[in-house]
Amino acid sequence: MLDPAILFASVLNGLTTGAVYALVALGLTLIYGVLHIINFAHGASLMVALYAVWLLHARAGIDPYLALPLVVAAMFALGYALQRLIVNRASHGKDENILLVTLGLAIVLENVALLAFKSDTRTIDTPYTLATVAIGPAFIALPKLIAFGGALAAAALLWVIVARTDLGRAIRAVAKEKQGARLCGIDVDHVYAMSFGIGLACLGAAACFLLPAYYVNPQVGAGFVLVAFTIVVLGGMGSFAGALLGGLLIGVVESLGGLWLGESLGQIGIFMIFIVVLLFRPQGLFGARA
Amino acid sequence: MSRLAQDLAGIAAFALVVGAATLMLDSGVWLTFLMMALYAALLSQAWNLLGGYGGQFSFGHALFFGVGAYAQALLQLSSGWNAWLALAGAAALAALAGAGVGALSFRYGLKGSYFALVTLAFAEVARILAVSLGFTGGGVGLMLPLRESAANLQFGSRKGYIALALALVVVALLVTAWLRHSRFGAQLQAVRDNEDAARAIGVDPWAVKLGAIVLSAAFMGTGGAFYVQVFQYIDPAIGFGPSTSVEALVGAIVGGLGTLWGPLLGAAALHLLAELTRNLFGALPGLNMIVYGSVLVLIVMFLPRGLAGSGRSLRDAWRGGRRG
Repeated sequence: MLDPAILFASVLNGLTTGAVYALVALGLTLIYGVLHIINFAHGASLMVALYAVWLLHARAGIDPYLALPLVVAAMFALGYALQRLIVNRASHGKDENILLVTLGLAIVLENVALLAFKSDTRTIDTPYTLATVAIGPAFIALPKLIAFGGALAAAALLWVIVARTDLGRAIRAVAKEKQGARLCGIDVDHVYAMSFGIGLACLGAAACFLLPAYYVNPQVGAGFVLVAFTIVVLGGMGSFAGALLGGLLIGVVESLGGLWLGESLGQIGIFMIFIVVLLFRPQGLFGARA
Repeated sequence: MSRLAQDLAGIAAFALVVGAATLMLDSGVWLTFLMMALYAALLSQAWNLLGGYGGQFSFGHALFFGVGAYAQALLQLSSGWNAWLALAGAAALAALAGAGVGALSFRYGLKGSYFALVTLAFAEVARILAVSLGFTGGGVGLMLPLRESAANLQFGSRKGYIALALALVVVALLVTAWLRHSRFGAQLQAVRDNEDAARAIGVDPWAVKLGAIVLSAAFMGTGGAFYVQVFQYIDPAIGFGPSTSVEALVGAIVGGLGTLWGPLLGAAALHLLAELTRNLFGALPGLNMIVYGSVLVLIVMFLPRGLAGSGRSLRDAWRGGRRG
């Protein structure tokens, strides 16, 4: 049997990783919930945000946490523009077209990064990169702890926007009934673009919290895509609370799976959960009945 | 001429033209191009059977490709089967995988994005298993020894492989033509267009979709087996990685979903585009794929019916432009 201290550390580690997963999944679930599209460019967009954080640190010496407002705003603008100028125009109202467009965008973004930064893996060095905090018998990296708190704060902010503001009301109206919302005078295309923008802004925040303890290369997004999809399905597509809980759960499963089964086979736990949930409870563990 | 006879005449003409071109071509570059274009077309045709005619968008067709490829390699390496027999075995095992995935996902009524995601997850599980299990050779993969002879399905010249690929593509064309004019095909398209209405007139959606995924998986499996015979090598990333799934579906959608010639046209056009950009911008890594991705987005923006429906899209745009 495993030492409880190791188990505790592993769960803690999983929770902090899971919080960042949750942040990535929150953006995905918002875009899915409102636009009903699977955004295959989500991973590539996270990669773009990570490079933005890296550039700001390497070229301008801006601390990743201070870069947060800048990167979040830039990612929001990118998302708004992408949806308005490309995805919306190319969709022609057909799901398969949106899917292809986001796939094409992902290919373009990844290869622009490859052209600009080569395929080298890059990290940043901050005074707190190697700092740790003791929690009970376990030590946890300080950047991961900050990421945990930051992800929870971002999720709370997102909830306030969607639940308490006029924009949020419009977003929920469009998500439920597009035509009805249009008849009530809501600019549906604008709401679509705002949702896409907010979805990508979540990635901006995730990138700022990730990079101090992580790395960036042109393919870095791919590892997050399937995990984020898993979380979104697990939590119920379009559900924020579900994405948050699902993210934490998946983080812990990955961490414990890696502990028991080793790095590569450990990943299998995530996908088995994914398949079982899809088959038996496609509305998600926490989602309402579809 | 009936519509079926028209389709059959077209397929015969296609086989003759490609066959004659193969015999006349001498350049190794063009022979390789033709071989890979036919191979890409086979994958897209396989995907089109389920995605185009059945309306079920799979994101994990690499699963069937990989099962076919690994079966082709393992049946020869471990079980000592002849390569031609292994080809049949690979198709059968891939079809079995298709039946398994289909039975589960259609039984639980997964549709649209949910179906796309569950197939993606199945392929990913297979990839992780192929890396972790012993008999698949792990991350290193499997190598097929070089034993050049037609009896071993290893040809000295590209022309032998082209003949095999052409035969597989023609069979896929024939099956597609059959779908277009048979009772089963009509039921499948009815389920695609409106599942509830189809059920109301007595069609069993589960059985019909299951039939489509089995057919589709079998062809995808032969694609994997073909890959192993040509390159004599397979590893988990090539076999089960997402790029094969993407290649299959992009060719079919760009060419034109649910059409006879669309997947062939789309796969050939994309393969040509990939080759051209690689030759033009090969010195700058990434630039070729930027062009590739951009063209993909532009095709979707301006030719929403795919290449096979481009005439209609352009006519509409012309009329719309004049009206507006």
